[in-house]
Amino acid sequence: MPDKHASYRSRYTADRLIPGAFDGETITRRRFMTGSAHTAGAIAAGAFTLPALAFAIGPIFKSTPHSWVTVGKVGSFPNNNYVPVIATLTPGIGEAGKTTVYMRAFNPALDTDPYDRGTPYIAISTRCAHLGCPVRWVDAAQRFICPCHGGVYDLLGRRVGGPPVRPLDRFYTRVVGEDVQVGPRFSVNSELRRFSPRDPAEPLDGIGQYLYPSRPTERKL
Amino acid sequence: MPRLPKLPAPPLPAALKAPPARPGEEDGRLGPIEDAKQAGITIVDWVDERTSLSGVGRWLLFRKVPKGTNWFYTLGSATLFAFLSQAVTGVFLAMYYRPDPAGGAYESIRHVTNEVFLGQFVRGMHKWGSSVMVVLVFLHMGRTFLFGAYKYPRELNWVIGVVLLVLTLVMAFTGYLLPFDQRAYWATIVGVNINGTGPLLGPYLSDFLRGGGEFGATTLSRFYSIHMLLVPGLIIALIGAHLYLVTKLGTTAPPWEKAENSADLREAKA
Repeated sequence: MPDKHASYRSRYTADRLIPGAFDGETITRRRFMTGSAHTAGAIAAGAFTLPALAFAIGPIFKSTPHSWVTVGKVGSFPNNNYVPVIATLTPGIGEAGKTTVYMRAFNPALDTDPYDRGTPYIAISTRCAHLGCPVRWVDAAQRFICPCHGGVYDLLGRRVGGPPVRPLDRFYTRVVGEDVQVGPRFSVNSELRRFSPRDPAEPLDGIGQYLYPSRPTERKL
Repeated sequence: MPRLPKLPAPPLPAALKAPPARPGEEDGRLGPIEDAKQAGITIVDWVDERTSLSGVGRWLLFRKVPKGTNWFYTLGSATLFAFLSQAVTGVFLAMYYRPDPAGGAYESIRHVTNEVFLGQFVRGMHKWGSSVMVVLVFLHMGRTFLFGAYKYPRELNWVIGVVLLVLTLVMAFTGYLLPFDQRAYWATIVGVNINGTGPLLGPYLSDFLRGGGEFGATTLSRFYSIHMLLVPGLIIALIGAHLYLVTKLGTTAPPWEKAENSADLREAKA
């Protein structure tokens, strides 16, 4: 036999025979008290947790300004070989903020890629596209070689061996008066098409460019 | 020479007489060791009357353990003591360490290692102890797995243990950067980039760890804060939960230990 009270339960506490109920009251005072205490606790906890969390993850959404660094005079770089220069990319942290950049003048015979047209100098980043170790240019082999896990790149920075997933990153270059300057970083895929800078180990061919999106911290192309 | 009889001692005043012996005390005097014992018992009783901690202590320590419990069951305690060693040495290393990427961090570690009294020893304990802890966590995990100790009703403790394993690895990773030498720097670059290989969210995780798009001025202090405040707090809380569940559920017998035959048991009882 079904319980006739199971299907219908009044909204009003007075109808539910709760002692001390007011006329027209729908929430018991005890329940209201519990609810407001929990709400107050949640607001108090959120008031310090949420700002602290936002404070910690804030840098994810902050873009870092890039500056142009003078690395040499016009004419000091050959167009068939690389010259290492030291550039400070992150100021304020001493040696750790410096990096080596391999510079070469634009060579129409080598840099046939349409994206490179109009670039006065080719600036190759030493950050290996595998996991970020510093590659070095080995003149005898005409290759960039990474000491960590054996990544090998050719004269244009394209991968020819080892684990890297894309060519070496590059930097924008410009000429101001007699000075050659190096600017923001950009990444390239295996066809040397330009992309916003990605971290190492993030492929840019095919689906890779969508699986590893560009981030607000890095300059958008 | 004839001996003179010894005169009886004059009677002591009542106030100087020792109180009559309590039941069970033969000579009525306790002596300093007994007094110290009594003082200790008094203090413990005072605390226990107000907290009931002795019951918790008995519940935690005087448990029944299954037949066949062996040395492999000490791996969890060994891990706990490795963690305690890391915590104590880490607290004192923090007194000398300076998370300054422009040379101060490396200099402070050099100072600890070469100039502070016992600095090399304490830092060595922390450095090698981290590897010891990782190894012990894996051995403890292997013991739990091979003995089938993760099965019902202990699945939640396995889950907590896996989280503790991950947190231990986070500790090892974040601590690796702190000496800020060449090895630390490049290992961190590689480690952060490995984090970045996770699709979609990986690049954001890398940015979170570095505090920006590049290894920057706040990366070191970020790692330091994670290493000595955030993760240790989580580890302590989860070790508490882990031990609570171990105590509540008890330990398991090794798998080769046969359950006692109930017929035999009845016979033996009869």
